[in-house]
Amino acid sequence: MLNVVNLSKTYRSAQDEVSVLRGVDLRIAAGESVALTGESGSGKSTLLHLIAGLDDADGGEVWIATTQVLGLSDAARATLRRQQLGLIFQQFNLVPSLSVADNLALQARLADRHDPAWQAELVERLGLGEMMKRYPEQLSGGQQQRVAIGRALAVKPALLLADEPTGNLDEATADDVLHLTRDLVARSGCAFLMVTHSARLAAMLDRQVHLHAGRIA
Amino acid sequence: MSRALWILAVLMSHWRRHPMQFATLVTGLIAATALWSGVQALNQQARASYDRAAAIFGGTRTATLIDPAHAVFPQQLFVDLRRAGWPVSPVLEDRVQIGGRSFRLLGIDPVTLPPEAAAISTVGPRQLAAFIAPPGRTLVAPETLQDLGLRDGATPQLNDTVTLPPLQLEPRLAPGVLVMDIGMAQRALNKPNEISRLLVGQQTQGMRPPLESITGSTLQLVQPDAESDLARLTDSFHLNLTAFGLLSFLVGLFIVNSAVGLAFEQRLPTIRTLRACGASLRMLTAVLIAELVAISLAAGLLGLIGGYLIAAALLPDVAASLRGLYGARIPGQLALDPQWWLSGLAMSTLGALAAAASSFVKMARLPVLAAAMPAAWHETQQRWLRLQGGLAMSMIFTAAGMAWFGDSLMSGFALLATLLLGAALALPVVLDATLDMGARWSRGPLINWSWADSRQQLPGLSLALMALLLALAVNVGVGTMVSSFSTTFLRWLDGRLAADVYISATTDAQASAIKAWLAQRHDIDAVLPSGRAEVQIDGAPVEILGLADHATYRDRWPLLQATANVWDKLRDGDAALVSEQLARRLKLDVGGRLPILTPAGPWSLGIVGVYADYGNPKGQFAVNVDAMFEHFPEALRTRFGLRVAPAHIDTVVNALRRQFDLDSRQLADQATVKTESKRIFNRTFAVTTALNAFTLGVAGIALLTSLLTLGNARLPQLAPLWAIGLTRRRLAAIELAKTMAVALVTALLALPLGLVVAWCLIAVVNVKAFGWRLPFQMFPLQMLTLLGVAMVAALCATLLPVLKLARMQPAKLIRIFADER
Ligand SMILES: Nc1ncnc2c1ncn2[C@@H]1O[C@H](COP(=O)(O)OP(=O)(O)OP(=O)(O)O)[C@@H](O)[C@H]1O
Ligand SMILES: [Mg+2]
Repeated sequence: MLNVVNLSKTYRSAQDEVSVLRGVDLRIAAGESVALTGESGSGKSTLLHLIAGLDDADGGEVWIATTQVLGLSDAARATLRRQQLGLIFQQFNLVPSLSVADNLALQARLADRHDPAWQAELVERLGLGEMMKRYPEQLSGGQQQRVAIGRALAVKPALLLADEPTGNLDEATADDVLHLTRDLVARSGCAFLMVTHSARLAAMLDRQVHLHAGRIA
Repeated sequence: MSRALWILAVLMSHWRRHPMQFATLVTGLIAATALWSGVQALNQQARASYDRAAAIFGGTRTATLIDPAHAVFPQQLFVDLRRAGWPVSPVLEDRVQIGGRSFRLLGIDPVTLPPEAAAISTVGPRQLAAFIAPPGRTLVAPETLQDLGLRDGATPQLNDTVTLPPLQLEPRLAPGVLVMDIGMAQRALNKPNEISRLLVGQQTQGMRPPLESITGSTLQLVQPDAESDLARLTDSFHLNLTAFGLLSFLVGLFIVNSAVGLAFEQRLPTIRTLRACGASLRMLTAVLIAELVAISLAAGLLGLIGGYLIAAALLPDVAASLRGLYGARIPGQLALDPQWWLSGLAMSTLGALAAAASSFVKMARLPVLAAAMPAAWHETQQRWLRLQGGLAMSMIFTAAGMAWFGDSLMSGFALLATLLLGAALALPVVLDATLDMGARWSRGPLINWSWADSRQQLPGLSLALMALLLALAVNVGVGTMVSSFSTTFLRWLDGRLAADVYISATTDAQASAIKAWLAQRHDIDAVLPSGRAEVQIDGAPVEILGLADHATYRDRWPLLQATANVWDKLRDGDAALVSEQLARRLKLDVGGRLPILTPAGPWSLGIVGVYADYGNPKGQFAVNVDAMFEHFPEALRTRFGLRVAPAHIDTVVNALRRQFDLDSRQLADQATVKTESKRIFNRTFAVTTALNAFTLGVAGIALLTSLLTLGNARLPQLAPLWAIGLTRRRLAAIELAKTMAVALVTALLALPLGLVVAWCLIAVVNVKAFGWRLPFQMFPLQMLTLLGVAMVAALCATLLPVLKLARMQPAKLIRIFADER
């Protein structure tokens, strides 16, 4: 499903250059879930951004199914994202001026793939039923994160990318949320790549990879 | 399509949660459109009425033949001239009374009417028959119809015996005029075979024999009055209005710009989420533009309604100004064509897009991820400041160049525009430097923080501050100009109205009778004969004023420049004082000569002085009255002034009025003339003052709205301070002090800028627009008042957001602190 080949990325500023990725190779099959670990600043978020086509790489290839992401125009990347990807970030996941219900449907509507039955099931399993009319600022951090997961899964993506989705949650809730996500991922049959600092959570997925010194070990 | 609509809905949801920001945007657009379109409506109205005035047959633009000695002359002369090949057409004109109101009755001959004189096509071939054949037609403007209280087709009664031809509506005709066939006019006025003047067409087929050989010396050819082309004459006035409208529009756009900028900034997380979820940049841009266009169309429509109201409110003053300054009449009813609505909407939409352009460019440049950090907008601040500083410098240099080399009204306005724009652009740079200096000199962490924080706040505030700077500077400038003018004008009036009583007799015979009667009285100190004549210089008519040689003038008549013994030289005959306007237009100097052609032959005048002649659209020069009558034996001797001791003025005026049945136009005392002149003067600047106040008001709104929107954006900076132990009230006080300090610095900068603006208006724009230059004066009290008003406006604008902060629920602050959002 996902195939990253020899990917490299260097951040350049006026003062200095930071070589974050130096030839990353990574392959994830459909239906497979992979945990990405590595110390802070090792480039995990950067890798996710490149895979999602949110930023440009300096070299290498990113294949999602049969499409090379890095060669696409902005419009084509946008199409790819809304049709095939689900993204969950550390922060800034929700639109503050939209209700929870609208936030959940955000991407599905963009992709013209709004499935009320599937959304209802997500709401039910994520335990968001009570708060559909609320706004993000009226939710706790964990609740916001669950809305973000729901939004990403609502489109039934081919590839789900999550950047520390449970970073704000206590252990028990984090376990809950991850169990749920894994279940839903398994049901929709998508590939799942999750960044995490927690070895315990990483162990719950099919496979673990470790990013160190700009490479996958 | 549904995707675009969904994106639009997501973006618009922001406004629902931030109605204040939305109100800011809409207010800015409404204010901008209203002020601009209001001024345009006034201009359009005036233009339309000039066209109508010109449409009076042969009103101003055609050469005419008149009998200088008599009001009318025999129709036979028309027949003779026509036979001799002169392209002439007869006109009979007189005033008539209908229902107690006075109208101008014009009789014309549509068959011979020169095409350039007939601005109205109604009297074309098709209507010709109805116009000429009995019962004929009386063409009238809609206003005239209203004044008469009659409908189309009615036949008004002139007196017991005469009934006018049926009325026919002609919208392009000027108000107060009745137009009919000359034959019917002759019957109605009981002036058979008589005409008032002949219009001379421009077409010259073959040679026309000299006038004298046909009509003897009866008729005199009067060239078209170049200066009475009202549209041209009043151009400078309209340019003034337009400049004001444009300024208000720009101030309004400042509001729009800051509102759009803040909306973009606050919606960045949303935009980023949308992009992450698969909305392309192109789609987002298109939707944002569509949103802006929709908003600006709606707000523009409201603005147009506001503009209509403004124009309707100001129209009486504008009409009075135009009448006072140029003798142009415009009706008091506002009529607007569809073009006005369309151009108003176009202005508001294009203005909004222009105001948003920088935001769009920034959004397109920002990478998806960086867009998540509002700080990215500020990172470039220093670079922007440098760029802005450079731009400001080049603007100010351009302005200086314009002041040095420019020599036209347009360059005068360009000078003002570049100066104001340059100053506005320089403002943030100056403020930034000031705050930086303050931060360096201050001790203590809190004070230091507050300086640094003010600096950070600057980009969000600077547009509103620029608007404040511009509005204040223009207010100071225009205020100084009007006050300078007012003082000068009043002093000048005192000297210029040298005599105590002014008389203008109807005929020379009456004038002699009055003089004889006056000679009998001993409450008259002196009779000052004066004369008036007109000559053509460079194709434009110029007035000649004949002045008696009397101590009154030597003592009082105000001169701008003069040679030694100027009055003695004037008495000797071949010398003239020229008005400032004429001197500027013909580039005349004291010591130079002014050759003119008089009925008695060429006359070369030495220029011995220049005098101010404020408010006179025509050029003028003064000579000794006896010398004038020598060269203009035909000139009327009907005007003269009297010197009377103040105590006797009323007695003399009343006696004269009783004795000779003189009305207020023929007899006036100095005080009355002065009052009337002041009244005209004040009305002339009423419009300017009103627009001035509007602009300041809009600037106040700009400040308020920016502060309100900024208030929210600034909470993340304030929340940590609150968390580490500053009370909300203390924070609010600091906020208040900071904003007021910045506003004060801006206002203080506006004062010298305003004086420079005043100088530009007085020394450049007025000179070009009106032909006179005023002495520059300062009015410190007025400036202090304005400073006070500006500070109160700033205080009001600051208070609301600060109170909001002081009352904010701790829970909200906690969340902001925790979420940093
Ligand atoms: N826009 C940027 N410009 C310059 N350097 C950057 C930028 N974004 C990230 N970096 C640098 O790249 C490196 C990798 O950052 P990244 O966010 O990918 O780390 P991470 O592995 O996700 O860390 P964390 O676990 O803390 O989230 C860091 O050293 C960071 O400082
Ligand atoms: Mg990270």
